[in-house]
Amino acid sequence: MGSGPGEHLHVEGDTVLHALPPHVKLVGLVAFVLGVVAVPSHAHRVLAALLALAVGLVLLTRVPARHVLPRLAVETPFAVFAVVLPFVAVGPRVALGPVSVSQAGLTAAVALLLKGTTGVLAAVTFAVTTRPRDLVRALQHLRLPDPLVLIASFMVRYVDVVADQLRRMRVARASRGFSARSVRAWPVLAAGTGALFIRSYERGERVHLAMVSRGWSGRLPVTAPLEASPRDWLLGLTPALVAAGCAVAATMAT
Amino acid sequence: MRGGGDNGHVTTPVLDLRGVAYAYPGGHQALFGVDLHVHPGERVALLGPNGAGKTTLVLHLNGVLRPGHGSVTVSGLPVTEENLLEVRRRVGIVFQDPDDQLFMPTVRDDVAFGPANLGLRGAELDARVHEALAAVGVADLADRAPHHLSFGQRRRVAIATVLAMRPEILVLDEPSSNLDPASRRELADILRTLEVTILMVTHDLPYAVELCERAVVLSEGSVVADGPTRELLADAALMARHRLELPVGFSI
Repeated sequence: MGSGPGEHLHVEGDTVLHALPPHVKLVGLVAFVLGVVAVPSHAHRVLAALLALAVGLVLLTRVPARHVLPRLAVETPFAVFAVVLPFVAVGPRVALGPVSVSQAGLTAAVALLLKGTTGVLAAVTFAVTTRPRDLVRALQHLRLPDPLVLIASFMVRYVDVVADQLRRMRVARASRGFSARSVRAWPVLAAGTGALFIRSYERGERVHLAMVSRGWSGRLPVTAPLEASPRDWLLGLTPALVAAGCAVAATMAT
Repeated sequence: MRGGGDNGHVTTPVLDLRGVAYAYPGGHQALFGVDLHVHPGERVALLGPNGAGKTTLVLHLNGVLRPGHGSVTVSGLPVTEENLLEVRRRVGIVFQDPDDQLFMPTVRDDVAFGPANLGLRGAELDARVHEALAAVGVADLADRAPHHLSFGQRRRVAIATVLAMRPEILVLDEPSSNLDPASRRELADILRTLEVTILMVTHDLPYAVELCERAVVLSEGSVVADGPTRELLADAALMARHRLELPVGFSI
């Protein structure tokens, strides 16, 4: 698993991060992000240090940069907001080159960029080192309610199937000379979306039938329980502990 | 009506349907008193035009649907609420679209799903998964994700998911559909090696001749013929009456 066209994020490897049990990584990731968010916005140096830590984690995965960098695009809306922020925020103003910007806005913008990038990098680190299947197992192990685990599991399984269906519908439309150029095309697109929804719903019914036929009784069986040693936990929580320490220290310093 | 396929058998039938009638909640009556017996070791083809009630019948075999009238018995066990899990272990249904059947993130998880529901864990479960995948010749695919497999591979894994429950009868819904000729032949070779009773719902009449010595024709909700597959398919009048056709150029 991991080399196919549909496996967008996970990259096979044998680094320390790949080897950590998925539930440890998941807890570590969430705790790390919470720690980073808790650092006061004006502590730019601390945030920069945590960003460097996140970069270090990405490097530790030994995943090529061309695989990681495009994933950062997810941050774009926040980055745009961060760029706009100094110009629209109110309060005392400072000169930044030729323009004058809001002091508070600038501080918030830099903090937003640093925290956002750190969070995304940490999430990417998690995603490239964890198989989707293991993510589902981790959620199950962490006692997430079964329906939510199943939804996550089905999403992993069927996202490509649905995407493929969508692609076929688009090809079928295009083959009959359709192109979505104006508002008049919207009803067609809406009908297509509706059809896709109905098809997915019907597939859901058929999948349920197949599950019931194989003895499904409402409980997801745990077939391969996850285990983690104290060492795994220590390792997995190290970034989070560093971030929490930074947050506490930076808060005390103010 | 031809001679029933159960002549000469003294064993308990794996499947014993008596006067099964069913109407959908909307009022559409799909089955009108179906009688069907399948004995251990038989391979039976269930033939019939679209809308004949084949799928409805299949869903009665493991208790997903319950007959309005009549009874369904699996190896002597009546299909009732308290027997449901055991009935579903005994009757393994392989649905037509493998994407519906394979719903777990990896092949291994998917094949383990059924036996795990039966309470198997650990080494016993692993052995069962391996045995089922090996039986259909795809033991090397255990750690792959279902959506990365070819259609033929997915169909085989779908069969493995059911074999892992060690069923007494394998019910296949259109096993040859969407397969290229090579995969179709490979699947036939595999099905022949399985030591399990098979009921095969199909439109693919040459496939039925190839694999099943006995055929049952279902038309408009009742069994209209039951006998040796070759004889049934050679009966031109019967075939025409129930919209069954062999491919052009194919002769029995």
